[in-house]
Amino acid sequence: MSEFSTEQVRHLAGLARIALTEDELGRLAGELGAIVDNVAIVQQAAGPDVVATSHPIPLVNVYRDDVPTETLTAEQAVAGAPEHDGSRFKVSAILGEEQ
Amino acid sequence: MSDLTRLTAAELSAGLTAGDFTSVDATQAHLDRIAAVDGDVHAYLHVNAAALAEAEAVDARRTAGEQLPELAGVPVAIKDVLCTIGMPSTAGSKMLEGWVPPYDATVVERMKAAGLIALGKTNMDEFAMGSSTEHSAFGPTRNPWNLERIPGGSGGGSAAAVAAFEAPFALGSDTGGSIRQPAAVTGSVGVKPTYGGVSRYGAIALASSLDQVGPVSRTVLDSALLHDVIGGHDPKDSTSLKDTWPSFAEAARAGKRDGSLKGLRVGVVKQIANGEGFQAGVTQRFSESLELLADAGAEIVEVSAPNFEYAVAAYYLILPAEASSNLAKFDSVRFGLRVAPEGGGTVEQVMAATREAGLGDEVKRRIILGTYALSAGYYDAYYGSAQKVRTLIQQDFSNAFEQADVLVSPAAPTTAFKLGEKLDDPLAMYLNDITTIPANLAGVPGIGLPMGLAPEDGLPVGIQFMAPAREDARLYTVGAALEQLLEDRWGGPLLSQAPDLAASSMLAVSDGAI
Repeated sequence: MSEFSTEQVRHLAGLARIALTEDELGRLAGELGAIVDNVAIVQQAAGPDVVATSHPIPLVNVYRDDVPTETLTAEQAVAGAPEHDGSRFKVSAILGEEQ
Repeated sequence: MSDLTRLTAAELSAGLTAGDFTSVDATQAHLDRIAAVDGDVHAYLHVNAAALAEAEAVDARRTAGEQLPELAGVPVAIKDVLCTIGMPSTAGSKMLEGWVPPYDATVVERMKAAGLIALGKTNMDEFAMGSSTEHSAFGPTRNPWNLERIPGGSGGGSAAAVAAFEAPFALGSDTGGSIRQPAAVTGSVGVKPTYGGVSRYGAIALASSLDQVGPVSRTVLDSALLHDVIGGHDPKDSTSLKDTWPSFAEAARAGKRDGSLKGLRVGVVKQIANGEGFQAGVTQRFSESLELLADAGAEIVEVSAPNFEYAVAAYYLILPAEASSNLAKFDSVRFGLRVAPEGGGTVEQVMAATREAGLGDEVKRRIILGTYALSAGYYDAYYGSAQKVRTLIQQDFSNAFEQADVLVSPAAPTTAFKLGEKLDDPLAMYLNDITTIPANLAGVPGIGLPMGLAPEDGLPVGIQFMAPAREDARLYTVGAALEQLLEDRWGGPLLSQAPDLAASSMLAVSDGAI
């Protein structure tokens, strides 16, 4: 039985940048334990001699010619942003007061 | 004029070409149908306000004598995972509520170039995570066969739209069965093409090594016609295959000719043919379909794919891992929602507060799971092992395709379950895709089509065929052949047996239920 503590989930949520509530942390700790128990069988499937597949159809690197093509204008690129000044994204403060 | 919403896309195309009706007629008929039944079904998140104007433009070109593509003027629905200029593209998430992309997905661009008329955007599980469309942030879609039942997922909106005659066909996406499983439970048809066969550019990514865009329809030929429009190499998608593809419509038409199944080796995959948890009616209709295929000259062989038993487990590691990375783009800066914590905060705190408010439970669950699977110390045990399972499953497919030209299984283990029934049990929900996941892990194509109604509940059940990578054409041939055999037996399309939604909607209105 895989066990997740609330603290572990809090740490993962921090890495994933999701401000989970205490309720969510508690519920997820239980659910993740059950899910990980079920997916852990993948460890029994293959020995060390089996190679990993990351891509269903093998491809080599794909290149294109280094020529300019049509791109979005700055206005188009920022149009869907929550805050912008017409041509630039407005970002919240990067550093906190203690930094 | 007869009800144009009852026509297939192929019939609409023929009628438009012959001048029997206009694209405005066809589009208006579907918009009227949406207005009449979508309050109940909720297949659409957005209806295209410009649809009639676009239809008029196509009609004008036709009147002017212009030679138009085969499907010009035929309406189509688009899953909300695909980016569309001028229409919101939310992927079913509050995170992207109201977001209108500055570009079209390649498949949308091709659809427009072919003169197809976009009716609107269809509902889906948030970021395509789910098997019931209940995880949409904008409320569930309902199954046209029974409004208390799920339409499958994640593409429940596209499947319900075609099954409820709110569109002749639609675009979908399939990461672990999101086209084929909804087709199964709504009595419709859907195809997941070979990985790389259709461009993913402009499809909001869930798991990039598994995602594939494909067609959803009421007939095999209609899926083939749409696949012909959207498929083929796209330099904007680096995983797009450079192959030249045959006409899938021609492959479907070939399936309807006499003797098309003669000598075809159909492999029944032991592990996903009648496993534990398969509903009796699914197993029964599946056996009957195999008999029909055999009677028509196909050779039925049993094949074994021993590693399919690990497929669901591998999928629920690979998918969350890739999703946790793909969804990191929702950072409150470039698009979508921004929620500031009380008293403001740094960009990291704003990002965390935004994702807490903008993402639903299932999405959070999978992002956290993926973050865990990719963590130092666990990576080899989980993600690494899951990738090895992919290799084993590909080998299982290679072995099976030495004995069979196509593989076959039910498309879903059960008929549509009740809304809410599995919502609190993520593991039970994950098992809905047990039959469809192997194809995504291996990148091979699969088609789902109706094989009848389960006697115990009168709800549709679907059959799935899979072919080797790049052999999508085989699916259209065998799919169209079986469809014809089944419809001969049923005396018409299965969907003609579906309840009359317009009548039930009007009843609901008179009862004051809306």
